[in-house]
Amino acid sequence: MTSVVATTNKNSNASLVYAFLYKLVEVFTEYFKELEEESIQDNFVVVYELLDELMDFGFPQTTDSKILQEYITQQGNKLEVAKTKVPTTVTNAVSWRSEGIKYKKNEVFIDVIESINVLVNANGSVMSSDIVGCIKLKTMLSGMPELRLGLNDRDKGKTVAMEDVKFHQCVRLSRFESDRTISFIPPDGESELMSYRINTHVKPLIWIESVIEKFSHSRVEIMVKAKGQFKKQSVANNVEIRVPVPSDADSPKFKTSTGHAKYVPEKNLVVWSIKSFPGGKEFLMRAHFGLPSVETDEMEGKPPITVKFEIPYFTVSGIQVRYMKIIEKSGYQALPWVRYITQSGDYQLRTNS
Amino acid sequence: MTDSKYFTTTKKGEIFELKAELNSDKKEKKKEAVKKVIASMTVGKDVSALFPDVVNCMQTDNLELKKLVYLYLMNYAKSQPDMAIMAVNTFVKDCEDPNPLIRALAVRTMGCIRVDKITEYLCEPLRKCLKDEDPYVRKTAAVCVAKLHDINAQLVEDQGFLDTLKDLISDSNPMVVANAVAALSEIAESHPNSNLLDLNPQTINKLLTALNECTEWGQIFILDCLANYTPRDDRESQSICERVTPRLSHANSAVVLSAVKVLMKFMEMLPKDLDYYGTLLKKLAPPLVTLLSAEPELQYVALRNINLIVQKRPEILKHEMKVFFVKYNDPIYVKLEKLDIMIRLASQANIAQVLAELKEYATEVDVDFVRKAVRAIGRCAIKVEQSAERCVSTLLDLIQTKVNYVVQEAIVVIKDIFRKYPNKYESVIATLCENLDSLDEPEARAAMIWIVGEYAERIDNADELLESFLEGFHDESTQVQLQLLTAIVKLFLKKPTETQELVQQVLSLATQDSDNPDLRDRGYIYWRLLSTDPVAAKEVVLAEKPLISEETDLIEPTLLEELICHIGTLASVYHKPPSAFVEGSRGVQHKRLPARAGSGESAESPDVGQSGPAEAPPAVIPSQGDLLGDLLNLDLAPPTATIPSVQPSMQMGAMDLLGGGLDSLMGDESDTLGGDIGGSPSMGAGLGAAPAAMPAALGSAPAVGGGLGDLFDLGGGVGMPTGAYVAPKTVWLPAMKAKGLEISGTFARRGGIIQMDLSLTNKAMSVMTDFAIQFNRNSFGLAPAGPLQVLTPLSPNQTIDVSLPLSTSGPVMKMEPLNNLQVAVKNNIDVFYFSCQYPLSLLFVEDGKMERQVFLATWKDIPNDNEAQFQIKDIHLNSDAASNKLQGSNIFTIAKRTVEGQDMLYQSVKLTNAIWVLAEMRIQTGNPNYTLSIKCRAPEVSQFVYQCYELVLKN
Repeated sequence: MTSVVATTNKNSNASLVYAFLYKLVEVFTEYFKELEEESIQDNFVVVYELLDELMDFGFPQTTDSKILQEYITQQGNKLEVAKTKVPTTVTNAVSWRSEGIKYKKNEVFIDVIESINVLVNANGSVMSSDIVGCIKLKTMLSGMPELRLGLNDRDKGKTVAMEDVKFHQCVRLSRFESDRTISFIPPDGESELMSYRINTHVKPLIWIESVIEKFSHSRVEIMVKAKGQFKKQSVANNVEIRVPVPSDADSPKFKTSTGHAKYVPEKNLVVWSIKSFPGGKEFLMRAHFGLPSVETDEMEGKPPITVKFEIPYFTVSGIQVRYMKIIEKSGYQALPWVRYITQSGDYQLRTNS
Repeated sequence: MTDSKYFTTTKKGEIFELKAELNSDKKEKKKEAVKKVIASMTVGKDVSALFPDVVNCMQTDNLELKKLVYLYLMNYAKSQPDMAIMAVNTFVKDCEDPNPLIRALAVRTMGCIRVDKITEYLCEPLRKCLKDEDPYVRKTAAVCVAKLHDINAQLVEDQGFLDTLKDLISDSNPMVVANAVAALSEIAESHPNSNLLDLNPQTINKLLTALNECTEWGQIFILDCLANYTPRDDRESQSICERVTPRLSHANSAVVLSAVKVLMKFMEMLPKDLDYYGTLLKKLAPPLVTLLSAEPELQYVALRNINLIVQKRPEILKHEMKVFFVKYNDPIYVKLEKLDIMIRLASQANIAQVLAELKEYATEVDVDFVRKAVRAIGRCAIKVEQSAERCVSTLLDLIQTKVNYVVQEAIVVIKDIFRKYPNKYESVIATLCENLDSLDEPEARAAMIWIVGEYAERIDNADELLESFLEGFHDESTQVQLQLLTAIVKLFLKKPTETQELVQQVLSLATQDSDNPDLRDRGYIYWRLLSTDPVAAKEVVLAEKPLISEETDLIEPTLLEELICHIGTLASVYHKPPSAFVEGSRGVQHKRLPARAGSGESAESPDVGQSGPAEAPPAVIPSQGDLLGDLLNLDLAPPTATIPSVQPSMQMGAMDLLGGGLDSLMGDESDTLGGDIGGSPSMGAGLGAAPAAMPAALGSAPAVGGGLGDLFDLGGGVGMPTGAYVAPKTVWLPAMKAKGLEISGTFARRGGIIQMDLSLTNKAMSVMTDFAIQFNRNSFGLAPAGPLQVLTPLSPNQTIDVSLPLSTSGPVMKMEPLNNLQVAVKNNIDVFYFSCQYPLSLLFVEDGKMERQVFLATWKDIPNDNEAQFQIKDIHLNSDAASNKLQGSNIFTIAKRTVEGQDMLYQSVKLTNAIWVLAEMRIQTGNPNYTLSIKCRAPEVSQFVYQCYELVLKN
């Protein structure tokens, strides 16, 4: 495990410090793939150079790794001095995109990804639920394009009430504040344009009922029923239902109506995997474990059942991209592509055991 | 090939080799060598010896190499200041390099070289860089001013850099503006009154414009700077808020929190009836909730700040309870903080859900978390009256789990619930009592004891329960001792007949056997109350208690305001003002919220003040809830008030009531005698130990008459009718312990001369010779005034009586008990040690009769606390006979008054060390029990004076 630490002798802005440390890790990871002792040793000259640009006298400076990569490279010694100049981007108002980018085919890929967070009580009532969505871009556009994104959140009759929206720094916040227009000059390549939170009562897309019976000194019997509570036309992929078992359980036996179950002793879990889970269907899994006759004194927590899944071509909130306007002074035509996906976020169901 | 190879060279002669390589003609070899040097430096090896060689590599057109050399310079310049000068020229040159990266590199490094000699040379290059055409260089130079200011503030001011920095606020480049703001803020922090950040509507406007264009970090600098501005009126305040709110949509949590800070602060100035005020409140909630999806550390910072925000403006998040529900995989620090906020948001509307959650948490395994959850249930009961009953039944369910720490926490909170809703839930007491034995934490024990005492009349075996705690009284923590004392006094007042013994026991434990001044004070207060006026005692101790406030842990309002001004910073995480944890001048400046605009357009204008109008200031109980609870319980002034200030005494020298037993015993005169005061005992021992000592020798002294003293009554006294009482000899040193030598003895005062009467008996088979005696230091400086006169050898079975005159000019040391004397006797066989106790009357001097007027004044002057009261039983003497008898022992009657058949004798005693003891003896005709009140500036002697009274009067 790698820890990053910051020290201060004044009343510093704590959230800035943490946000910076996370950014630092992000930059190092993008440069060195893995952030660990070895990668720092292997690249210590670049680390020094990066630190110089990332922070000066405790003030974070340029932390955009794409921009940094334009003038701090791992092959620094091979570069001619003359070429190493400050990209104007560093100090530009548009500090996230360099000039002179060229693509033969101008395209932008838009991914709308929604994660469902659910917390269900042991008695089956939904304690809290929300949707955290994000819109990711893969921009392959030449020059300095002006983009405008239109969503259906303001359509009449059908309101998708976004509780809170967070934007990449490229989005003109004051413009959004005044007329809800999302206008921006995109960073090149992959980026997260925006994220939003919808605080609505979501029907848990995969509903779990479980009975976990523990017979002390003898056995644990688990019955889990999973139901797809979404449209029949949709299919949830790569579903994983993780059911906690006592740490001293042994000799597992499983029976499933679909998919397969696996005991993961190091995590004290049974993982029931279902490759493809159509909407409206219901499946069953039974598990049986032995328990030692001598019990450990250690108190065990009550971990919840967690569920993982992805449902493509669909957003729970119903949010859709209405249009993406791309204007560049050279006047090229560019194509936007949109994909939707809904997936599990923090999806927890408490159990009675 | 990676850089890690540079870390591996550890062979001998490394420095020498590196030196050669650094001076190589080949560029590539040079650079490799510098990398090796930096690698060594990074892992902490001292490579400062290479300074000149590395600096020689500075002039290169290779940027990477230059950066490394600069790195080296930053690290070692301070240890090689003279050689660092060598680098100056290159710096100056590099500041004019055509490549802006090199100019910036030079100016950035310069600021990090903390060598006075160099800084002077750097002023000109810095000045140029501040006006550089490239914004990258300017933004770096702006930071350099802050660096230089940290090294030499005067230089920066003299050179006018601060003005240049201020000009940069109007720079066309947003990054330069942001760094200039950051640098100025940093400098201003160390000069709180410099008015450096001269913020006015024009500069604010510039900052707000730059806010839309600069990087996320720059936005934070600007927002933090804006937060220090105080708008002129509510309109300006609103317009700033309007321009700041878009920042709430920034992806960076730190930007959001800094924006929240500005809004929370400026909101203070907006009239509450303004539509915009409501809009703003609504806008604040969603971004705060979104912060909870951030990384755990950022979540924690956000939660600590939300904790402040919900105290300041509960309306913002009142509908957001659910988002604070704890998730299984939350880190513990997030869990605990969420729990805290849940309680703050608990209301009648959401209490059912909250309780269900808390009950769930209380069955988790993390002890800290479970404890806090149980406590939270109690806090809900106190906060939301309608839920109290459900909370109590939930707590009872939890007690049934028998999980030790759950039970203890539950009992602690149930105590508070009783305090909030008296006479409502006492039916559960029986269940609580069942768990008495399992309580091993002081807080839980104290709570249980409080409950037993408070409801003693409903608990049949309350006395037994409390008595069971009393057995280990001295092993309990103070908290428990105090509670036990109070509880037993309550019990006594409620059921006086069966519990007299118990109350006496606890009072003596608290007052006599304890070193704890709080406990003793409280014990004495009860004692006095009970003995003077039991009715009053009842009124005081069993008084109706004020209900406890619903929020016991709100942050005090002025601190809360200050912390709101520090949202996002460490202060907001610690919940402490910066001055509490920042060294030096930086933290001293206290920030305040601006006052609401008093323009009078709103109905609330009378409320113009620090806190929001129409919100009743919450009642705040400081965190020492228990202590305060106890005090309320007692309805007494804080203990300090019960210790009267000690007036300098009149003729008897200063007596410091608290100043250590020794000083108070010595008085003025013995100061000159003492000399050796080294081992002065602590205040605790001085005050506490003395009354506790019931000298065994005196206490058990047989009460046989002893008119022996008369024989030696050789005048000196003024016509004494009876002589001083001398106790018969007792065995001090048994023969078994002293190889056949037995010593018995007694003490006497004869005509102003103190004598130790000894009988030495030889119970061994051989002759004893060469006797000598010595005393250890003692309370009153007793010492042999001459050698032990045993002139002839002591034959077997022979006894010899000796009288040893004593002086009081020996070294002084407070003894335990006060009248203890440790003696060493030597003979030809060995040295033997024993200790004995002398009656204090030994030290009563002949001129101890005080003037009437002085007596009166002194009596008044001695604090009432110093008064001790005693009963002398079974004395069949009239007041005159008693008076005569006492005078024989130098206890002088100054006056006598008769009131309603009761004789009151006013008496004085003076000790050899000039301590005066004043006494009032009340004798009722026909009643053989006298009441004796003794007042003395050294109250620890009172007990011993009383013993003398009893001895003299009974013999």
